[in-house]
Amino acid sequence: MLAKRIIPCLDVSAGRVVKGVNFVELRDAGDPVEVARRYDEQGADEITFLDITASSDDRNIILHVVEQVAEQVFIPLTVGGGVRTVDDVRRLLNAGADKVSINTAAVNNPQVVADASGKVGSQCIVVAIDAKQVAPGKWEVFTHGGRNRTGLDAIEWARRIESLGAGEILLTSMDRDGTKNGFDLELTRAVSDAVSIPVIASGGVGSLDHLADGVTKGRADAVLAASIFHFGDHTVREAKELMRARGIEVRL
Amino acid sequence: MSKIAIIDYGMGNLRSVAKAIEHVSDGVEVVVTADPAEVLSAERVVFPGQGAMPDCMRELDARGLRPAVLEAARSKPFLGICIGQQMLFEHSEEGNVPGLGIFRGEVRRFPADKMVAADGSRLKVPHMGWNEVWQKQAHPLWANIEDGARFYYVHSYYVDPADPAIVAATTDYGIPFTGAVAQANIFAIQFHPEKSAHAGLQLLSNFVTWNP
Repeated sequence: MLAKRIIPCLDVSAGRVVKGVNFVELRDAGDPVEVARRYDEQGADEITFLDITASSDDRNIILHVVEQVAEQVFIPLTVGGGVRTVDDVRRLLNAGADKVSINTAAVNNPQVVADASGKVGSQCIVVAIDAKQVAPGKWEVFTHGGRNRTGLDAIEWARRIESLGAGEILLTSMDRDGTKNGFDLELTRAVSDAVSIPVIASGGVGSLDHLADGVTKGRADAVLAASIFHFGDHTVREAKELMRARGIEVRL
Repeated sequence: MSKIAIIDYGMGNLRSVAKAIEHVSDGVEVVVTADPAEVLSAERVVFPGQGAMPDCMRELDARGLRPAVLEAARSKPFLGICIGQQMLFEHSEEGNVPGLGIFRGEVRRFPADKMVAADGSRLKVPHMGWNEVWQKQAHPLWANIEDGARFYYVHSYYVDPADPAIVAATTDYGIPFTGAVAQANIFAIQFHPEKSAHAGLQLLSNFVTWNP
């Protein structure tokens, strides 16, 4: 049976892991290669890098990071953050990313999803959806970290990007992100049921049970988390052991 | 120095495959190449593929690589990966295109009506992630790899060989499908060994030392 995936997410700025990673015995917690390698050893199924580099001068640094990680860590690598054009997608894939995540650019110009998937294949194109609840059973797509409304209904948008050629959806609840209260399971389930491509749940993980809930109640195909792993509270392995104990198929 | 050629026909990034092979081999030259002469002079050949099969077939021919691939598949230790496995077959439902026809059989899309999990939930396509690979024949490329080990898959189409004797592994996803085929000097897999952590590196290591 296909395993549900656990994906640690690292914020990277100008080539360094930010928001801190607190593993014991890590020589350089800011080094993306070392952190990625550690997650691989723990049994992470994929790794996601979110490039939050502010200065456009430093934008290309992520390419070097991706090259270095891809040379040494042999699990799938997704990179997102500031991806605007098909050229951006290509450069990241050529550097060694397996998938590229498009967020704001997809909202501004949905054609970029079609163009990118047409050029490099759907399997390489993840569309990130940041959603906030606006009414019972209703969520709206936001951009810029939840600041900008788009007027798009999250469920309709998910179906639209699937039809445009997205291979996967990274779904973040902006209501839950950073709260440690768990995923928005209703949102996750609504989106996962609406599309036939895999959905990664994100935003709000505070415990290992939250990860399992994302799969069992949210029907997510994969779960993404950052701080719960970064600060050494839990390893990916512990997460998988708990998920297995709850009857979820995992790679251990 | 012995040489492994990774055939580059312009479909996707081959860096990961090259780096993974370098990672498991000492004293081997790994070249990513679109040059038929380089393919023919290599000791071993890796035939990868990404994207859509019609594009892959077109680009392969645009670079004049078909004869070199056919010759390598006839005479050298040969590893097909993903679309590089699918292209070895006669025909694909994807774009309704002919393949290289080295193996008899069809490349099929996962049937929508069978994409239901045991618990009734919908199975997503592409089949993306780590799934169990059940070995159907003893083979040197399975050395030190547990039966049922998980490998990383990402695909919407799978090969359906006419000759069941070439099936080297199956995986279950709504239906049991062929994950690996083997015949003489050819071993070809749907999953990505370069993205499959230890199991994948072990398989590549087995390929590097394989003498069919």
